[in-house]
Amino acid sequence: MGRLELRNVNKVYRVGTFGGDTLHAVKDVSFTAEPGQIVALIGESGSGKSTLGKMILRLTSITSGQILYDGQDVASLKGRQLKPYQAAVQGVFQDPFSSYNPIFKADRVFSMVKDSFYPHVPRSEWDDRLEAALLGVALDPDACLHKYPHQLSGGQLQRMLVARALLMEVSFLVADEIISMLDASTRVDVLNLLGDLKTRGLGVLFVTHDLSLGNYISDTAIILRKGRIVERGSTADVFDRPSHPYTQMLLESVPALHDARDPEHWREVAAARERGTCIYHQRYPEADAEAAAGDDNPIMAEIEPGHLVTCAHVDEGGGCGQAASGSAGQRRAT
Amino acid sequence: MTLVVNDLKVYYNTLAGDVRALDGVSFEIADGEIMGLAGESGCGKTTLGNSLIRLDGRMRHVDGSVELDGQVLPIADSEAMDRFRYHSISVVPQYAMSAMNPTRKIGRMSRELIESRGIRYETVREEYERRLTLVGLHEGVLGLYPMELSGGMKQRVVMVLSTLLDPSLLIADEITSALDVSTQKAVAESLVGLRDNGFVRSMIVITHDLSILHEVADTILVMYAGHLAEKAPTESVIRHPRHPYTRMLIDSLPEVGVRFDQKRLEGIPGKPPSLLDPPAGCRFRARCPLADEVCQEQPPFVEIADGHQVACWKVE
Repeated sequence: MGRLELRNVNKVYRVGTFGGDTLHAVKDVSFTAEPGQIVALIGESGSGKSTLGKMILRLTSITSGQILYDGQDVASLKGRQLKPYQAAVQGVFQDPFSSYNPIFKADRVFSMVKDSFYPHVPRSEWDDRLEAALLGVALDPDACLHKYPHQLSGGQLQRMLVARALLMEVSFLVADEIISMLDASTRVDVLNLLGDLKTRGLGVLFVTHDLSLGNYISDTAIILRKGRIVERGSTADVFDRPSHPYTQMLLESVPALHDARDPEHWREVAAARERGTCIYHQRYPEADAEAAAGDDNPIMAEIEPGHLVTCAHVDEGGGCGQAASGSAGQRRAT
Repeated sequence: MTLVVNDLKVYYNTLAGDVRALDGVSFEIADGEIMGLAGESGCGKTTLGNSLIRLDGRMRHVDGSVELDGQVLPIADSEAMDRFRYHSISVVPQYAMSAMNPTRKIGRMSRELIESRGIRYETVREEYERRLTLVGLHEGVLGLYPMELSGGMKQRVVMVLSTLLDPSLLIADEITSALDVSTQKAVAESLVGLRDNGFVRSMIVITHDLSILHEVADTILVMYAGHLAEKAPTESVIRHPRHPYTRMLIDSLPEVGVRFDQKRLEGIPGKPPSLLDPPAGCRFRARCPLADEVCQEQPPFVEIADGHQVACWKVE
């Protein structure tokens, strides 16, 4: 299996000289990632997207809330119980060049996996597995084994890290900005690789700041802002009919080569903004009061099946037109 | 013509030999033109930008000339170049975040910088503050430390400071790549504003991101492995690219609206050749689907339509 569920996950960092201040990096994040699906976690810097990835990989602790993997609470795993989870949930990170030790050959990452997870597998069988994993990420084993990291390109190194994850019986991959360091001509190969892995039943959490990449590859899109989910839904819904002012602003900021967006919807959006309304408020006039009552705990409104939106006005300086005149915004300021 | 570059060759000295990062590059920039310089890492685009203002210790000017406003730039002679730097040719570096002295307030740092160039700060101060408000900053930023500003704000301060003496040419090297999309847009707009307000005559915007250039540039020059591949007005490069490399590069870019399930994009197989001992002929040959024997000879960079130059044997 490999179903990952996040329930009201929060992360508070201690910051400041003596850890006296706190930073609420992730606020009440809940979503589910099904096997065979790519979930894109999209946000600008400081939105908490990498923190979420790290909590899933257990690289950092969860302040409150639960992360469930196939129904089991991940935080409760200790010692030896942790190994099966680590074998099933793996991460690949942004910078392929610093993921390798330059002193050793690049394929050391594979032998380390063998030593710590599969010490009993015979060498010949391991070599076969390794070759299959490399071919699975479209790498030629002769071209990348027994080489030092500087002899390989960024795209090759990044694909080797994906191959390392595949060597274990991984069923969920956290891909944190894995292509932002790669060149444009090889970028799309790594993206397509994720797409192919998905058809083999792997679940992927694709963390990115680049909306066009998130849009290209994912099935579900989650837009994060200041640690909170502002919009969530199938990628087609979120990108074709962005309903949160922040999502709309992000999409408008993306430089486009050929503008493929539906002009009708954008005119509608612009008109709605001029009227000072947002779709959330149009359909849920009563939500204003609810959100204000819950204060720090805004509800998400389902504006169409599976497409959820949080109102912006719970954040200071939110982009929602109603926030400026709305009572909730003022109450918060006092 | 603001800038005329003629057969410029700049190599890096390394223990293993010369790295031919810029190997015979010729192009021109008209008055008021914003030229985008695009290419992948290691194609020589930053080397080209640096050659126009400052060669560092490892770089060697091998051949070719650069003319700015009809004057030949002594690019190999760092001391002689000092007369041009900042006054007629200026640069906005990639990491504006670390371009400023963290221990000085921005106003004091600016004063030190400007006076080091032999200009009294008071004579430019008023104009400096006016221009800061033009890019959407409050003049009060001069009393702040760099750490008190966001990345996009710092980037804009550096942009204003770099262009304070109205240089003929501004080189902007990857200035948006470390910023969020929403900040990127503001910085890109300020960049065009610098030209529209007449603060700089012409500009070279270096980036790996073609979609940014689509928003700011008048023309785009595409480089590949130390050679020029294509130069044309922005719309022609984006909509009707003629060089196979440009075409494959643009086809590989995911955009909002394109999805994996509907349309699978393809990358360019292979990787760029090593510039330590590059193969003769067209350098894109090994990755090019159209390549044949003709390509073993280096194609000339010729004009195929008005303002559209391409280096490829296969383009009619």
